[in-house]
Amino acid sequence: MTSVLAVLTFVPLLGVLFLLLMPKSQQNMIRTIGILTTIIPLGLALMLYAGFDSASGDMQFVQQLKWITIPVGQMAMAINFEFGIDGLSMPLVVLTSVVVAMASLVGMKIKDRLKEFYALLLVMEMGMLGVFTSLNLFQFFVFFEFTIIPMFFFMGIWGYVNREKAALKFLIYNGVGSAILLIVFAVIFVNIWTLNFKEITMAFTDPNSPFNIPNTMGYLSENFRLGLFIALLLAFAIKIPIAPFHTWMLAAYKESNAAAIMISSGVLIKIGGYGLIRMNAAFFPEWMDKLGTAIAILGVINILYGAVLALAQNELKLMLAYSSVSHMGIVLLGLAAMNAEGFQGAIFQMVSHGLIAALLFYIIELINERTGTTDIRELGGLAKSMPVLSGVLLTVTMAAIGLPGTSGFVSEFMSYLGLFNAHPIIAAVGALGIILTAVYLLRSILGATFGPIRETHESLIDARSYELVPMVVILGLVIIIGVYPALLSGPMQETLINIVPRIGG
Amino acid sequence: MNGDSKWGVLGQYDWSIMAPELTILVFATLLSIIDLLLPKKTDRRIIGVLGLIGVIISLIFTLSNTGTQPASILADMYRLDSFAVAFKAIFLTGVAFAFLMSLGTLDKKDVHYQGEFYYLLLTALLGAMFMASSADLITLFIGLELLSLSSFILVGIRKKHIQSNESAFKYVVIGSISAAVTLYGMSFIYGLTGTTNLYLIAERLGNVYQGGFSYIVYLAFFLMFVGLSFKISAVPNQTWAPDVYQGAPTPVTAFLSVVSKAAGFAIILRIFIIMLSNVIDIDPTTGEMKSLLVDNLGLYIGIVAAASMIIGNTMALRQVNMKRMMAYSGIAQAGYLLVPFATFTVLLFEQTLFYLIAYLFANMGIFAIMALVSKDQGHDEIRGFAGLFQRAPLLAISMTIFLLSLAGIPVTAGFFGKFYIFLSSVARQNYWLAGIMMATSVVSYVYYFGVMKQMFMRTNPNGVNKIKVPPCIGIALVVAVVVTLFAGIFPSQVIDYLHNNFLFENMMQVAEQVVMK
Repeated sequence: MTSVLAVLTFVPLLGVLFLLLMPKSQQNMIRTIGILTTIIPLGLALMLYAGFDSASGDMQFVQQLKWITIPVGQMAMAINFEFGIDGLSMPLVVLTSVVVAMASLVGMKIKDRLKEFYALLLVMEMGMLGVFTSLNLFQFFVFFEFTIIPMFFFMGIWGYVNREKAALKFLIYNGVGSAILLIVFAVIFVNIWTLNFKEITMAFTDPNSPFNIPNTMGYLSENFRLGLFIALLLAFAIKIPIAPFHTWMLAAYKESNAAAIMISSGVLIKIGGYGLIRMNAAFFPEWMDKLGTAIAILGVINILYGAVLALAQNELKLMLAYSSVSHMGIVLLGLAAMNAEGFQGAIFQMVSHGLIAALLFYIIELINERTGTTDIRELGGLAKSMPVLSGVLLTVTMAAIGLPGTSGFVSEFMSYLGLFNAHPIIAAVGALGIILTAVYLLRSILGATFGPIRETHESLIDARSYELVPMVVILGLVIIIGVYPALLSGPMQETLINIVPRIGG
Repeated sequence: MNGDSKWGVLGQYDWSIMAPELTILVFATLLSIIDLLLPKKTDRRIIGVLGLIGVIISLIFTLSNTGTQPASILADMYRLDSFAVAFKAIFLTGVAFAFLMSLGTLDKKDVHYQGEFYYLLLTALLGAMFMASSADLITLFIGLELLSLSSFILVGIRKKHIQSNESAFKYVVIGSISAAVTLYGMSFIYGLTGTTNLYLIAERLGNVYQGGFSYIVYLAFFLMFVGLSFKISAVPNQTWAPDVYQGAPTPVTAFLSVVSKAAGFAIILRIFIIMLSNVIDIDPTTGEMKSLLVDNLGLYIGIVAAASMIIGNTMALRQVNMKRMMAYSGIAQAGYLLVPFATFTVLLFEQTLFYLIAYLFANMGIFAIMALVSKDQGHDEIRGFAGLFQRAPLLAISMTIFLLSLAGIPVTAGFFGKFYIFLSSVARQNYWLAGIMMATSVVSYVYYFGVMKQMFMRTNPNGVNKIKVPPCIGIALVVAVVVTLFAGIFPSQVIDYLHNNFLFENMMQVAEQVVMK
C-alpha cells in the first residue's frame, strides 16, 4: 500500500511502453490498450478514495525516496522523491483519472497517428497525477512540465487549421508561468534548504522557526515573502487563467481537438487553483489574508469579464472558453473568503467545473463533428434530430448554471457563502455573475438545440453507445456530488482545518 | 632517473602525466605520415578510425588520472590537476563525437582533403588540452593558437566551396584580432608583475593593485576577457559564429560549438580565477574588503552573460538555417555557462562542468542528426527536418530529447544543469540575472520547439523515404541519448562523481579564497 501513489502515477507509462511495441496497423488493439490503461489509474484512484482516512488532515499514503543531493561545501541540499495525498489533492487525483479516462474515448474518432495520440495522452496523465501527488516543489515542477510539453504536441498535431499557432501560444504562456515558478522554487530552496511542502509551511508559519524571528540571521522579511507570494500568484494566474492572461486559452480551445480541451479545461487549469491553496495559502497565510480583498476583486473581474464576453460570442467553443474564465473566477472568490466554506467552495468548484467543462466540450465537439460548425447562427433545432445528445447537453448546461441538485450549485453556493461572510459587497457584485451565466448559457445552448432546424441537420446520428459513456459517467458524478456533497466534502474537512486557521479566517 | 642523465633537468620530470597529450601528438604525427604514404586513391577513412583510436586511448589515460594529486612539470607550464582532467575528458569526448560524425557522413566529394581533416582535428584537440592543463600565460596562449590555427584550416577545408572560404576568412580575421587583444591584455599583466606564471602573478598582483595600478588591472582584465570571449562566442565577440558555423563542414561546426567553446571556458576560468585570487578592493570609506573578481567584476561578467543570452536567443528566432540557429543557440548557451562564473560560489566548477556535459551531448547529438538530415536533403535549412518523425521516428525522438535538453526541460540533463546554475545566481541574490536567464529560456522554446514542430507536425514535400543511419552515428546517438537522460533523471550520480573525483584542489582553494574575501 505504501507505493500505491507511485504506481498510480507511473502506471500510464506502462501503457506507453505497450503502445510503442504495437504495430501501427493494429488500430483497434492500440485503442484498447490506450483506453484500458486509463482505467487502471481510475481504479487505483477510487481505491485511494475508499481507503482514505477522513479523520486525518495529514498527508496519507506517503512514500519517500532519496533522489538528488547537491553537496555544498560541508553540507548538502537534498531533493527527495516523495508522494502523498491529503484532502486537497485526493479529489483532484480522482478528477484527473476520470477526465483522462473519458478523454481517451475521443480516440475512437481519431484515425491519424493513433499510437502517438494515446502515448501523449498517457504521458500527460502521468504528469497531471504527479503534480497532485508530489510532496515537494521540485517534483511538482518536473511533473508540471510533463503536462505542458505533451500538451503542446497534442494540440499541435490533432486539431483545426490554426492549431500550431495555438499550441505555441499555449507553450509560451505556460512556459512563462513555469519559469516564474522555477524562480520562486529556487529562491525558497536556497533560503530554507528544503523543498518539501510541509517543511516549507512550517518554516514560514511556525513562530519559533528561525525564519520568523526578526533581526536574526535567517529572518525572511515580509517584503521578501510578499515578492514570492506575488510571483506565485502571477504564475498560477496564467494557469487558471485570470484575465488578462487568458488569451492562450481562447486560441487553445478554439483550435484543438476534443481530448486536448477536455484535459485542459478539466484538469490543467485546476493546477492553478491547487497551487494557490497548496503554496500561496499554506506558505504565506498572512499575505493571503491581507491580499484577500484584491484576490476577491480579481475573482469578480474574472466572473463578470468572462460572462459578458461569453454573452457576445456566437462561436460555442469561444463562449465556453469565456465561461471557463468566468467559472474559474468563482474559485478565486472561494479562496478570497479565507474561511472553511470558501475554501471548500473553491475545491468543489474546481472538481465540479472540471467535470462539467470536460463534458460540455466533449458534446460540443460531437456536434461539430456531425454538423461541421459550432456557430450558434448556423445551428438550431438539434433536439429534433439528436434528442439524447441535446438532452444531456441541456442537463449539463443546467449544472453549469448552478441548478440545485447538481455539483455546480453546491460549489457556487459555498463559495458565495464564504465570501458573503468575509466581503459582502464584493460578493454581491460577483453574484451578478450567476445571472449572467444563466443568460449566456441558455441563450447559446437553447439557440443550438431548439428553434428552427436546418435541412442538412435533420438526419444527424444521435449519440452512439461509446459516446454515451462520458455523458453518463460525468453527468452521474455531477448529480451525485450535487445530491450528496458529503462524498466530496468529507475527506477535505480535516485538511482544510489545517490550512484555514492560519489564515485567521 | 636522476639529474645526472644526459637529459639534464628535463630528465627529472615525470613525463607520464603528460601521456594524454603525448598520445594525441604521436597519433597526429603518425596520421600525417600515413596520409603522405597512402596512395591517393585509397579511402582515408582508415585515418579517421586510427584517429578515433588515438582519442580513446588518450581519454583512458586522462580518466586514469582522476582523483590523483595535482602535479606539475616544466615550472608550472604544464599542470595536471582535476580541473585539467575534467576539461580534457570533455574535449576528448567531444572530438570522439566529431570523429564518429565524420566517419559516418563525410563525403569525399565535399571534403577532398580527408587525411588533413582528421589530423587537424587532433592538433586542434592538442591545443585545447594544453589550454586546460597549463598555469602559464605563454603555454596557455600557445595552446590557444594551436587550437585556433587548426580550426581556421578546418573551417576552410572545403576548398572549392565558396561559403566555406568566406567563413574561413571571417574566422581568421576575427580570430587574429581577438588573439591580439588577448595578448595585449596579457602584456599588461606581464608588465605589472614581471612573470607569466599564473601563481606568481597571483602572488604579486594583489600588491600591484593596491599600489595604484588598479586601472591597468581592470584594463588588462577587460582586454583579455573580450579577446577570450571569441572562443566561447559570447558577446561582444559572437558575430563570427553564424557565418562560420554555416560555412564549415558539420563535424567541424560541432567541434567548434563544443570543444572549442569548452576550451574557451577552461582558459577563462583558469586565468582569471588564479590571477585575481589575491586582488582585494578596499572600500575607501568603510574599509570593507571585497574580492575584485567576485564583487566587482561579477557584474560585468553578468552583463556579458545576459547580453549573450538575450542576443543569442532573440536572433535565433529569425533563422531558417539550422546551423545558424545552432550558432545563436550556442551564443545563448555560452551566456548560461557564464552565469556560474558571474555569480561566484563554491559550486562554480561542478555547475560549469555539469552544464558543459549536458551541452556537449545534446549539441553533439543534434549535429550528428543534422549531418544525416542535411546530407539526405541536400541543404541545412530547418524545413529539411519536416516529417522526420514519419521518416525516422527514432532520430526524431532523439532529436527531441536533445532539443529539450538545450531548452532546459525536465527530465533531461539540460534542465538540471540550468536549475543547478540557477541556484547560485539566486543564492547570490542576483535576481536580475536569474530573471533574464529564465525569460530568455522561454524565448528559446520558440525556436527549439520550432524544429520539433517541423519533425512532428509537418510532412516532407520530398517524400517519406527512410533515412539510413550509419552505425558510427548510431553509436554516437545512443551514447548521447543515454547520457542526456541519465544525467537528467539521476543528476546526483553525476554530481557525486564530479564531487568525489574532481576535488579541484588548488583551483577550489583559490576559489574559496576568492569567495571568502
